[in-house]
Amino acid sequence: MTPHSVNYSPSVNDVLSMVHTMALIREFEEVAAQSLFAGEVRGSVHQYSGQEAIATGVCFHLNKSDFVSSNHRGHGHAIAKGVSPDKMMCELFGKLGGTSHGKGGSMHIADFSCGMLGANGVVPDGVTIAVGAAHAIKMQKRSEIVVAFFGDGALNRGPLFEAFNWAVLFKLPILFVCEDNSYSVTLKTQTVTGGPDPIERVQAFGIPCFQTNGNDVVQVSTCAKELIEKVRSGAGPQFMRAKTYRWYGHLAHDKGLYRDPIEVAKAQKDDCIKHASNWLESNGVASNIISETQQKAALVIAQSVLVARQSPLPSAGSAYEDVQDLVEQTASDFKHDLKLQVVE
Amino acid sequence: MSLATKDNVKEISELSGSIRSMTYSQAGCLALDREMELDPLVWALGEDVGPDGGVAGQYKDLQVKYGKERIVDTPISESMIMAAAIGSSLLGMRPVAELRYADFALCAADEIINQAAKMRYMLGGQVRIPIVIRQPMGMRWGMAAQHSQSNENLWVGTAGLVVVAPSTPQDNYGLLRSSIKSNDPVVYMEHKELWLETAQVDTDMPPIPLGVGKVRYPGNDITLVSWSKTANECVIAAEELAQQGISAEVIDLRTLWPWDKKLVWQSIQKTNRVLIAHESTEVGGFGGELLAEISQAFWDKLKVAPKRLGSPRIPVPYSKPLEDLCRVSVNKIVLAVKEMVEVT
Repeated sequence: MTPHSVNYSPSVNDVLSMVHTMALIREFEEVAAQSLFAGEVRGSVHQYSGQEAIATGVCFHLNKSDFVSSNHRGHGHAIAKGVSPDKMMCELFGKLGGTSHGKGGSMHIADFSCGMLGANGVVPDGVTIAVGAAHAIKMQKRSEIVVAFFGDGALNRGPLFEAFNWAVLFKLPILFVCEDNSYSVTLKTQTVTGGPDPIERVQAFGIPCFQTNGNDVVQVSTCAKELIEKVRSGAGPQFMRAKTYRWYGHLAHDKGLYRDPIEVAKAQKDDCIKHASNWLESNGVASNIISETQQKAALVIAQSVLVARQSPLPSAGSAYEDVQDLVEQTASDFKHDLKLQVVE
Repeated sequence: MSLATKDNVKEISELSGSIRSMTYSQAGCLALDREMELDPLVWALGEDVGPDGGVAGQYKDLQVKYGKERIVDTPISESMIMAAAIGSSLLGMRPVAELRYADFALCAADEIINQAAKMRYMLGGQVRIPIVIRQPMGMRWGMAAQHSQSNENLWVGTAGLVVVAPSTPQDNYGLLRSSIKSNDPVVYMEHKELWLETAQVDTDMPPIPLGVGKVRYPGNDITLVSWSKTANECVIAAEELAQQGISAEVIDLRTLWPWDKKLVWQSIQKTNRVLIAHESTEVGGFGGELLAEISQAFWDKLKVAPKRLGSPRIPVPYSKPLEDLCRVSVNKIVLAVKEMVEVT
């Protein structure tokens, strides 16, 4: 299924801008992994490499005030929604200058100033929470919409189906974007999925479903443009499945040896940045302009590492901040009162 | 009625304003009504909260008054009820999420523990999660193992949550109002066996601050620390003990986290004996945590080893004589107190 009434196709400037975003994401992921192996980044880094066209093509059509939610593989969505790579890199480095001041790390990057509601470490909680945000938009009669990004692995988690039902029931302004990279961590999703193509499950809820080539930013952005307009017009939830491939393992430490090297090599040739570059060249853009765009992106990311290295570590005291407003009483808080009691 | 203790009546009579007799359930309903009147961002969602008025009438007629958009009947989707509450709170709403029974709240344990409790912290303080997570607890009418649990220890052990367990109609009114006003996520545990308890409630009384316990019965020989329905049993036990010449002071914590350490400390300084009583399982229960804190502070001052009473570590059984084994009855409290006071 593809949208029918498409009257949009991206301009040369649109695609050039999207190449810049995709290059930012790819470079961010390369540098994040290097920094992980160098010991400057802790925990896990789930690289979005290979999937850049999806976040980029969708977020290109969102307003700053619109919202996105993400999953564990969230760097791409954050960058595409406009979160500062400096603040993101600081967060990965566990520094004070990070989006969560070093308390969240890779899987908890959020920036409410640009509508990024958060990556999320639990599948599919980014989606269910996004539906809640869409519920608030409807209640408050606001004009924004929400986009929830998730992987094909999430299609086997129960709460996702509660979310689909809820979004239809309350006719909420949300676009579901399933980034189908065909893997659930180390397993082929197909090998752990019963029944026919899982997209049929989504259709069964009455959600209009559309499929696009997730490695082609022109196609993604064309499809997204129409679906976003539908959602914004009050048509209720829409579902986009974007076929793609995860270039690396589930996380940077995972070498992905469970995959056929031929499959990986083939997928890496199906490169969204290369496709977009070819599209630009065939539309008359000189190759040096395209490569300059990519180099500019690389510089932004290189700069973000310098910023992250220079940002201070959070103070130990900050570990106890932002837990909750109501805090535990300690004996020292009321020592004086107790002494009065003793005298009595 | 046990609830209309001398102490309680005195507190109410000291205040002018609208005082009338109502049930614990009606008091909860009125508290929500009052907060919904005051704040258009407050909404409630859950199963059967609309025309049915909630399992105990705690939402009675609110949908008529506030409409289907603010009193929202939902599918049996606990995960999504909590996620909708969380997502809407990210956009400024103040939801009251009704989970029907504490047992069913476990279906949304992920959303409560992994998301609501930690989101403010994980996102570096960018958001507040002002949700009331209403989950009635406790044994009633032989509802057996999946409809009778008191799992407050689970929530007390989760950083980020406030935990409240009211024991009287007045407290249900005053504490629910404060919980709705709180910017922290509050696990609000009404007791199912108290729904029909009736007492005078002053609806003009200001909301009861969270984290503040109450001396329900004054005494000098021993401190009884309790909450929820068991606190009422403690008051009856104290009345019986008074007739036998033993002066027991009953402290109703009301808020379990953060608990009113100062009030407990003041009492133990006076009595040098302490008994904790709660309906939940003794092993791993919150009473153990209280005893640890008390023992560390008062080990060289206590006249007798501190003790806790809770239910045995068995699933709550159905048949009456078996269920009764799980109850911390007045008789058990009286016997335990006499043993502790008479040996010293």
